[in-house]
Amino acid sequence: MATSNTVLAGGLPRKPRERWRWLGGTRGVDSIAWLVTLIAALSVLAVTVWLVVELWQRSKLPRDKFGFSFLVDRVWDPVFGHFGALPFVYGTLVTSALAMIIAVPLGVGAAIFLAELAPRRLSDTLTFLIELLAAVPSVVFGVVGIFVVVPWVRTSFGPFLKSLFGFTPLFQGPIYGVGFLTAGLVLAIMVLPFIVSISREVLLSVPVELREGALALGSTHWESTWKVVMPTARTGILGSIFLALARALGETMAVTMVIGNDPKIMASLFAPGYSIAAVIANEFTEATGELFRQSLIELGLVLFGVTVVLHALARLLVQATAQKAKGAA
Amino acid sequence: MNRLTWRRVVNAVMSVVTALCALTAVTPLLFVLGFLAVKGVSSLNWAFFTKLPVPIGETGGGMANAIVGSGQLLLLAAIFGVPPGVLGGIYLSEFGGWTVPFFVRYAADLLVSVPSIVIGIFAYAVVVLPMGHFSALAGGFALSVILLPIVVTNTEQFLRTVPVWLREGSLALGAGHWKTIVSVVVPAGLQGILTGILLALARVAGETAPLLFTAFNNAYWARGWNQPVSSLPFMIYYYAQSAYDDWHRQAWAAALVLLALVLLINILSRLVLARKMAARRAA
Amino acid sequence: MIPSTAAKVKKVTEPSDPQTAHEAAKETARELEPARADASIKIRARNVNFYYGHKQVLEGISMDIRERKITALIGPSGCGKTTFLRILNRMYETVKHARPEGEVALDQDNIFDLALPNLRRRVGMVFQKPNPFPKSIFDNVAYGPRVHGLAHGSKLVELVEQSLRAAALWDEVKDSLQKSAFSLSGGQQQRLSIARALAIDPEVLLLDEPCSALDPISTAKIEELLFSIEGRCTLVIVTHNMAQAARVADYTGFFLMGKLIEFNDTKTIFTNPAKKETEDYITGRFG
Repeated sequence: MATSNTVLAGGLPRKPRERWRWLGGTRGVDSIAWLVTLIAALSVLAVTVWLVVELWQRSKLPRDKFGFSFLVDRVWDPVFGHFGALPFVYGTLVTSALAMIIAVPLGVGAAIFLAELAPRRLSDTLTFLIELLAAVPSVVFGVVGIFVVVPWVRTSFGPFLKSLFGFTPLFQGPIYGVGFLTAGLVLAIMVLPFIVSISREVLLSVPVELREGALALGSTHWESTWKVVMPTARTGILGSIFLALARALGETMAVTMVIGNDPKIMASLFAPGYSIAAVIANEFTEATGELFRQSLIELGLVLFGVTVVLHALARLLVQATAQKAKGAA
Repeated sequence: MNRLTWRRVVNAVMSVVTALCALTAVTPLLFVLGFLAVKGVSSLNWAFFTKLPVPIGETGGGMANAIVGSGQLLLLAAIFGVPPGVLGGIYLSEFGGWTVPFFVRYAADLLVSVPSIVIGIFAYAVVVLPMGHFSALAGGFALSVILLPIVVTNTEQFLRTVPVWLREGSLALGAGHWKTIVSVVVPAGLQGILTGILLALARVAGETAPLLFTAFNNAYWARGWNQPVSSLPFMIYYYAQSAYDDWHRQAWAAALVLLALVLLINILSRLVLARKMAARRAA
Repeated sequence: MIPSTAAKVKKVTEPSDPQTAHEAAKETARELEPARADASIKIRARNVNFYYGHKQVLEGISMDIRERKITALIGPSGCGKTTFLRILNRMYETVKHARPEGEVALDQDNIFDLALPNLRRRVGMVFQKPNPFPKSIFDNVAYGPRVHGLAHGSKLVELVEQSLRAAALWDEVKDSLQKSAFSLSGGQQQRLSIARALAIDPEVLLLDEPCSALDPISTAKIEELLFSIEGRCTLVIVTHNMAQAARVADYTGFFLMGKLIEFNDTKTIFTNPAKKETEDYITGRFG
């Protein structure tokens, strides 16, 4: 083996292209491509920041004038320039809560069936159909809501509920068809696919070994699902519920079309109400005066803030489960 | 009843209950499809596709302008949203270090979750206010804000499924980074990227809320990109809320056309993607 | 000089028992003439260290790779032989936080100073798994020449044919050049990868376990092919298969835990190793 030679006598000068390191360590065309794609990627970040800044700056007036009471004041009076958002907050919360009460048990039940009990082919087909439901545009749900669900609630479902639970304040008063109940029903249908499809994925990510372990100890199928798989998947399913809630809170068209658009706070679910998204949709183009428009933008900001927080939480929970499942494998 | 029998009964009952849940979860789709098929098809005629809307009181007319308008808005959304989306996705998958991709992914995720009505407010603030009036441009911009993060995320995901050894094969031949991306990586992921774009377009095609105060509406043919323009989702909303039977009829027809389009794209893309993924796994 | 291939490719099927493998390797190696010590040096590596982050994976590697000879790098998996190979054309740069130290010269040039495309034009690489691009057979081979602007039109067609011939693939694909490269079998795909690498006429060709994903017959074809291209470029092959190293290589380097334990002509390594670790490895006592 040669030990010395002229080329290497003085040691090779090493120039690791330091000049280009700041450009991602590439040259010429590659540097340009790097820069262009970087700008494209940053545009997503820029738009997001821009959106927050615009919402914040353009809702300054009501923030200065009403402060926090904006959210808890129940009078919304464009004529006298007094804006309190409580009826909309209330409507949004009630309809979303109703939607979750209906959709969560149904969705989680369906997810369990699809992930744990159904044969693979059936499961795939049903999941495909349920996920298609998520692709149906909101305004189409609105049309079906107005022409089908509203009359049905007015003539059949509403009176039926009234005859059963009419003694509680929740089911009293005249049944218009439009109102909290109908909005909640339509929302439940709309968020159902999100709960089903994400919960199913979470359940499927639970390692097979855990199930087999439970079955090998003599558990029934249901016991292995309920006592072993579900506890592992719990946080992820909670995440899917948060995600669905975020969608329900921000849903606009379908709710606007069936909630009745009346800024009142009523205990009865039959009563017409209003939601944050619906009031923005209805009144934004008619908003005369800066304070009116800015109050609507502030409502948008509230909606934005709430959905962002919920979404972040949901992400964390789903990721936590994925990691837990990996750890268990 | 002894314990074992009890456990078996619980098992059977819960299986049936969850199966019913799954069935219930599927029925809304069938109902929606069923109603649209019955009400929509009976309201659909040739005039719907070729005629302009007629004033209140007259019957007949169609939504030709809204169909063209939706096309215009989607085209604008694609022009504004697809190039930065695909390039950004390429950055995340091919050039990204850790910091920038982390924040970009987070922002994309956040932007996707923003209620579409809020996007409408944003587009109103940054396009409609400076221009002083509603326009197709503003509507296209609003839709592109929804489109952009979806395309970025999809593109990154599909490029990530392109195996490392393909990239190495090209790099080892002395091809540069960009050359490798353009001639090897992107072609390998192209079908997925295109399908992703199509899905994203199908998603924004049904958006109504962001158009309410950006593109607004127009009873006639739009006279230019900086003029208000009608769209299918807007017309559905507008006609369904009205008090006229003839308009209700047309709302059903429009809803059917919109839904058929969106579902068709969804079904086809999902089939293509499923086949693609299966092929990838086999390779 | 093209050595007679017939003599070298005698035993193709590999005995699975390590002891017999060793005997077979010894026998093959004995038939080799001792490599000429005066063959000129193509690549000189001096004191090469390599780190992934803070983890050192190569330590003080010095090696001379001789021109137009086949050099094999052997050793247990994780010993650094592939890492060393990937330094020679700087493929390690695709990995974050990878850092080499030391000196590597290709002829008179420091490889760390060469522009990356030029270095990789001169030092080609064939990977463990066949990696055809999702293009036609023709476009796969033409990829390199096009990237480097080496040939156009009829000259390109000619170059593609030559390269496919050199990779002993021409007769099998000459009627289906426009077919997708994925339509080929695994062994054909690997020969296509070799043809693709040869099309830019590299001075050195690095092969990273090129036969590990192939059946014995395809392996034999590739080995035969290596002898036929030995005359036109310097070959460095990483292999976990000692019999293969003994069959094809003029020189062999044995790596263990990031160090080059022993480097010598193949015959010496297999018949009379200087280090105990080498002997343990080739007699199958570990690895």
